[in-house]
Amino acid sequence: MKLATKDLLRLATIGSVDDGKSTLIGRLLVDTRQLFDDQLDAVVAASEKRGVGDLDLSFVTDGLRAEREQGITIDVAYRYASTPSRKFIIADCPGHVQYTSNMATGASTADLALVVMDVAHGIKEQTRRHLCIAALLGVHSLIVCVNKMDKVDWSQSAFQREVDEVQSLSSELGFKSVTIIPVSALLGDNVVDPSKNTPWYEGPSVLSALETSDAGSWARTTRGARLPIQWVLRQSGGGRTYAGMIDGNAFHVGDAVTLLPANIETKIRAINSGSGERGEAGVGLSVDLDLDDETDAGRGDLIASAPLPTVTKELTATIIWFGDQPLVEGQRLRLKHTTKVTPVRVQAITGVMDIETLVIDESSTLTTNQIGLATLVTADPLVVDDYRDNRVTGSFVLIDVVTNATVAAGMVGRASFF
Amino acid sequence: MTTTPLRAPRTADHLDLLESHAIFILREVVAECERPVLLFSGGKDSAVLLHLALKAFAPQQLPFPVLHIDTGQNFPEVLRYRDEQAASLGVKLLVAKVQDSIDQGKVADPGPMGSRNRLQTVTLLDAINDNGFDAAFGGARRDEDKARAKERILSFRDGFGQWDPRRQRPELWQLYQGKVNPGEHLRAFPLSDWTELDIWQYIEREQMELPEIYFAHERDVLLRDDMWLAVGPFVEPRPGETVERRVVRFRTVGDANCTGAVDSPADTIAAIIEEIAIANVSERGATRADDRFSETAMEDRKREGYF
Repeated sequence: MKLATKDLLRLATIGSVDDGKSTLIGRLLVDTRQLFDDQLDAVVAASEKRGVGDLDLSFVTDGLRAEREQGITIDVAYRYASTPSRKFIIADCPGHVQYTSNMATGASTADLALVVMDVAHGIKEQTRRHLCIAALLGVHSLIVCVNKMDKVDWSQSAFQREVDEVQSLSSELGFKSVTIIPVSALLGDNVVDPSKNTPWYEGPSVLSALETSDAGSWARTTRGARLPIQWVLRQSGGGRTYAGMIDGNAFHVGDAVTLLPANIETKIRAINSGSGERGEAGVGLSVDLDLDDETDAGRGDLIASAPLPTVTKELTATIIWFGDQPLVEGQRLRLKHTTKVTPVRVQAITGVMDIETLVIDESSTLTTNQIGLATLVTADPLVVDDYRDNRVTGSFVLIDVVTNATVAAGMVGRASFF
Repeated sequence: MTTTPLRAPRTADHLDLLESHAIFILREVVAECERPVLLFSGGKDSAVLLHLALKAFAPQQLPFPVLHIDTGQNFPEVLRYRDEQAASLGVKLLVAKVQDSIDQGKVADPGPMGSRNRLQTVTLLDAINDNGFDAAFGGARRDEDKARAKERILSFRDGFGQWDPRRQRPELWQLYQGKVNPGEHLRAFPLSDWTELDIWQYIEREQMELPEIYFAHERDVLLRDDMWLAVGPFVEPRPGETVERRVVRFRTVGDANCTGAVDSPADTIAAIIEEIAIANVSERGATRADDRFSETAMEDRKREGYF
C-alpha cells in the first residue's frame, strides 16, 4: 500500500492549570481514533485505580507518576496524530507557572497554539503569560477553545464575553489568525464534530480548524536563505562541503551567497541532500553545500543569500529567564546561537514586562520566569537576524557556565508590544 | 557524492523533514560532544538511526562507534544481521555483554530462563563509563511509551546515569545543547518525533534491509501472558503450555523471552505498512512483556538509566 505523503503541523497547547488542556488533547486523540486499544485500556485502568471515574482523559498525556498522583502536567508530552493529509506533532504543555520553561520548550517550535480556557474564569494570569510567550516566540496562529461550556449551560453570552476578551488581548499581542471555538473537552462538543448544543455557533470544530490552518508558517520568510554550518564534510575527490539545515528561503544551484562573519562572496556549485543532488533546497532540509571558491569556513559560520544578516558582538534581546537565581547585570554566561557557542556578558538589563499590562517597568534584574529586555556583549561575533524575520538566526539560549543548564531563551530584537 | 540527475523542485514531505531533523541532531551532538556512541540493537529503529548517521557524515566514515548491549538472550537472526550490517557498512561495532556483568558479580544471574531486561542497564552504564562516552544515540521514539513522550531529544543523565523527569533542560527551538561535566552524559534521540508508521514508510523509501524476523514466517510459539513467545533456548514450555506452529512476525525486537510475536501474513514492507496503518494495538502493547510490570514501568527503568 502506498500511503500519501503528508505535510507536518506542529502545535502547542497553552493555558492555565485545570482549564482542561490535557483533557482536550486526550479527547481529540480518542475521538479521532489515534489511540491504540491497549493505550486506552491503560488510561481506563489508571483512572479507576486513582478513583477519578471511568476515563480521565488527561491521563492520555500525563504519563509520569507524579503527574497522575497530583493531577497536573509537569513537562511537555509529545503526541502524534495523523489525518489523510497531515501529520500533527502535539506538544501538550504544562500550565503551572513554575514549569514555564517547559511550556516555552513546547511552544518554541510550534506553528500554532491551541489555547484552552475555562469559560467561567476568563483569561487567567497564567494564560496571559503563555499567550505573551507564544507571541514572543513568533507563533502567529491561535485556536482558542473556550472550554467547559457544559458548565454554563451552553450560554452564547458567556461565550461572547470570552470572545471579546480574547480578541482584545490577541490583537494587542499581534496574533495574525485567531479562531475561537466553544467546546466541552470532557463531553467532546465541537472537538471533532459540530455540537448540537451550540446551534448559535457556525465556525469549525477544533479538528477541522487544525486541518485547515497554515502549516510551517513560522519558517517562511522573505528575508534571504540561511545555512548555519554544523560540520565540514571532506569529499573523496578532495575539497570540502558545508553541512547544515536550511532556514528562511530556499537555496538554488548558482545562487550568489556570502560566507559570514568573514564576508566572503561566492556561488553555490552543488547542493547535496540525504537523497542525492538537488537543484534547489528549502527550509527544514539538511543539506551540504559545495561552494565555488575554496574558503576557510567551519562550524559556527553562516552561509546566507541577500538580504544579509547582521554581524555583531552586541545584542539587544528579549529574554525569558528560567534560572533559579535572578539574572543580574555584569553576569557571565555562555550563549548558543545557531551552531555557535560563545562567552557572553550581560551589559545591561533595560526592563521587565508586567504581564498584566504588557508595559515595561524599570528593573536591573530578572527573576525566574520573568520576561525582559537586555543588552548582551559576546566574545565572538554572531551572525543574526531579528527574531521576527528568522526564528533560527534570531534565537539563542543562555547557559550556566558551571552546571551547563539552559537558563534563558533569547530573541534578537525588541518584541513589537514592548 | 552521487550523480543522480537534478530533481525538479518539490515540496518537502513529512519523511524528508523527519530525516533532515534527525540528521541535524546527529551532527549537533557529534559537534558538541567529545565521545559519542550509537546504541545499535539490530532492531528496525536503530537500523534507521544508523542509516541516518551514515547519511549525516557521508562520504566520510562514521565518526563514532556503535555499541550493542548483548543480553545473551537475543534472537540469533538479529545478531547475524547486526554483524553483517557492521561489516558491510564499515562501522566499528562494540559489544558489551550482560554475561560479563554477571560474571563480575555486579548483577545477580536470573538463571537461563530469567529475564535479563533490567540487568542491561548496569552493563550499559558500565560501557558508557569505561569508554568515556559522553553521548549515546538511541532509536527511542516518543510514540512508544508515555514516559518517552515526556523526554527531551537531548536527555541529560547525571553521574549515576539517572534521568530526572522533573528537572529536564529546557530545549528551545533547534538549539540542542550538549555540554556535560565529566561523568555525566547525554542520551540523544534523533527519532523522537517519528512514529512506527513513519519508520516503516522510511524503510520502504530507502529500501533498507532488516532482520528476517520482522517478516511473516513459520515458527514454534507458545502462549504466555497473552503473547506468542518463540520457543527456543530462552523459552521452554511450562506445564500446561502447548507449542504451536504459526505464521507470525515480530513488531519489535528485544530479548527472546520478553518479546512477543504477532499473527501476521505480512511478508513484505508494503504489507507491513498496510498492517500497521490499521492496527488497533500499539507495538509495545502487543509485544513487550517488559512494559507490563507496572503502570510506569518505562519511567521507572529510565530513571535508573535504561535506554
